[in-house]
Amino acid sequence: MISLATLQEKLQGAYAGLQLVDNRGMMECEIPADKNLDIVSYLHKELGFQFLTDITAVHYPEEQGRELCVVTHLHNLVENTRLRLKAYVPVAQPDIHSLTSVFSGANWMERETYDFFGINFVGHPDLRRILNVDEMDYFPMRKEYQMEDPTRLDKDDAMFGR
Amino acid sequence: MRPVKYNENSKVQLAEIPDGYWGEGFMTTMFDKAIGLARANSMWPLPFATSCCGIEFMATMGASYDLARFGSERMAFTPRQCDMLLVAGTISKKLAPVLRQVYLQMAEPRWVIAIGACASSGGIFDSYSVLQGIDQVIPVDVYVPGCPPRPEGILDGVMKLQEIVKNESLRRRHSDRYKALLNEYGIQ
Amino acid sequence: MVEKQHQHIKLAENSIEKETTTINLGPTHPATHGIFQNIMEIDGERVLKTEMTVGYIHRAFEKIAERRPYSQVTTLTDRLNYCSAPINNMGWHMTVEKLVGLELPPRVDYLRVIIMELARIGDHLICNSVIGVDTGALTPFTYVFQWRERIYDIFESICGSRLTTNMGRIGGFERNFTDETWKKIHDFMDTFPAMLKEFEALLTRNRIFMDRCIGAGPISAERALNWSFTGPNLRASGVDYDVRVAQPYSRYNEFDFKIPVGTTGDTYDRYLVRNLEMWESFSIIQQALEKLKGLDASVFHADAPEFYLPEKADVYSKMEALIYHFKIVMGETDLPPGEVYHAVEGGNGELGYYLVSDGGRTPYRLHFRRPCFIYYQAFNEMVAGGLFSDAVVTLSSINVIAGELDA
Repeated sequence: MISLATLQEKLQGAYAGLQLVDNRGMMECEIPADKNLDIVSYLHKELGFQFLTDITAVHYPEEQGRELCVVTHLHNLVENTRLRLKAYVPVAQPDIHSLTSVFSGANWMERETYDFFGINFVGHPDLRRILNVDEMDYFPMRKEYQMEDPTRLDKDDAMFGR
Repeated sequence: MRPVKYNENSKVQLAEIPDGYWGEGFMTTMFDKAIGLARANSMWPLPFATSCCGIEFMATMGASYDLARFGSERMAFTPRQCDMLLVAGTISKKLAPVLRQVYLQMAEPRWVIAIGACASSGGIFDSYSVLQGIDQVIPVDVYVPGCPPRPEGILDGVMKLQEIVKNESLRRRHSDRYKALLNEYGIQ
Repeated sequence: MVEKQHQHIKLAENSIEKETTTINLGPTHPATHGIFQNIMEIDGERVLKTEMTVGYIHRAFEKIAERRPYSQVTTLTDRLNYCSAPINNMGWHMTVEKLVGLELPPRVDYLRVIIMELARIGDHLICNSVIGVDTGALTPFTYVFQWRERIYDIFESICGSRLTTNMGRIGGFERNFTDETWKKIHDFMDTFPAMLKEFEALLTRNRIFMDRCIGAGPISAERALNWSFTGPNLRASGVDYDVRVAQPYSRYNEFDFKIPVGTTGDTYDRYLVRNLEMWESFSIIQQALEKLKGLDASVFHADAPEFYLPEKADVYSKMEALIYHFKIVMGETDLPPGEVYHAVEGGNGELGYYLVSDGGRTPYRLHFRRPCFIYYQAFNEMVAGGLFSDAVVTLSSINVIAGELDA
């Protein structure tokens, strides 16, 4: 296991200002959204985080300017260490670099995140919807949309207790 | 009726001969009944297995709950050669056109069994992407509830369909009522 | 493009008469065991390129989970990898226990291990027999489903349901295992080795099976890691990463088992890795049964009244128990805010649960890290340049379960 202090030191050396915290046993770091590809490449090449576990997003509608949080989980298989990176992007311009140049596996993970949240991964070879129908024009996992189909005629809000 | 000596101790249930007029070396009955008997006991299923109900369907096909003894020996996966469409599993809105196309490719007479809660009514998935029941796109004959239904339940559904098939009139597919039903779904 | 030499193609590469065929494999097809589409461009028998379309069974689990209290999310997790539903259930319970900080008594952990390994055996039985079906061998499939029925019997005696089990609760199991369950488990343990040996005798050294599977859909270890493969597919390529060993959960560190790895990552290696894993799972269950012998047989849940239903006698006599019972049943228990990522070794690899809680009664965000979704991306790379029938066998050997693919 790479200890938090060691990793913090190595990261501070390359990117000053990054704070690592320990969140219930997993190391977590908030990174600026425009530097995510640099930091991940650095972690991949220099620090041995060669396995991409997952890319996903969370929508916090209350935080202005930082509504969408892109969460990347990395794993160093040799040292058996996991790391979570969080990058906040505003919902008005949700751009972030794509990790497909470093990890081929990021391809569909980013398409799924785009499909659900509308995050635009700059540099992705084929960013289009993957799980939902292609004609869908909204991003369903955002908090303002409800779970049920809004165009239903047979059930209405009274039936759902709203 | 001329007495025929069957194997008295056999537990094998044979299909019932319909009522008719017997003579020496011949038997007459109604066309409807004879054809109904033949169709009911040789239904070839088209398994449209999407999710968990598909695995229970595979168990029904297996040796413990053998579906083949009801005449469904050949699970042809082609719409052109099957009469019974078994939709087992959740149908999403993305898949609905595919299901409709498969149904349209089937030749008359054709029947549909909706296996499981998701195929019958959307099941536990009341979400934006799941079709709330396949009867939104195709006409259904038998609904088998369950999540997933036990293989005995699926067999019960098939047996109920066999009853429907046995008693179906030969003129049904040309009747106005059937045409109106298909029109509701936009099928010619 | 293809680097291999094509002696069978008589037309030159730039000939205007040469054209390729586009075949649509799916979404419903007997060879795709699940609902996903492959649009393949083939040149005679060679696959040049395949484009995958998924999402035909997208049921919006993550959106539904935001509306459900924590104990009701278990029914959603069942439907992820429905061939081994108990593993998904236990993984979810462990995620919530991690968020809450709940410690479980050893007996509960060992019972969970038994259930998860039985589910893993069930999943691998389906996958291996289906590889056989795709090469034309229908007999092992029929044999094996008999044994899946026995596993179903065991699950049914524990939780009432065969396939989508909704087994266990946050903090343990809903009821103790009965004598009938133990009898069924012991019967299974006595008769399983003979069946698995018979199954192996039919397929493993079968000349036709070997000729079909060796060299079909290979992937190297570096590419597999770059594509974020996990589970038996990664182990068949040679990387011994198993979540049960890397981040042990449910006291797996007390068990002694090997991790089988392959070399080339082709279909035959994947088949062999799954086969050996079944033997390892069998050995783990034996060890768990040994470990259970010294423990108090009446313990089947942790002592956590806020999350686990209290005894009915207490509910009728004590005030706190009544309140906890009401809150749990109505789904009004608030969980502490926080984020947690927990991974279990599912039938297909690292099944991860990323749970964000804002202190309410339902998850704020729940994301499933689904191994099938992630490794299915690499299918194009695995089959491009190979024969069409190899593509079909590869597709069944990577064990894509549609529920886990789309969620």
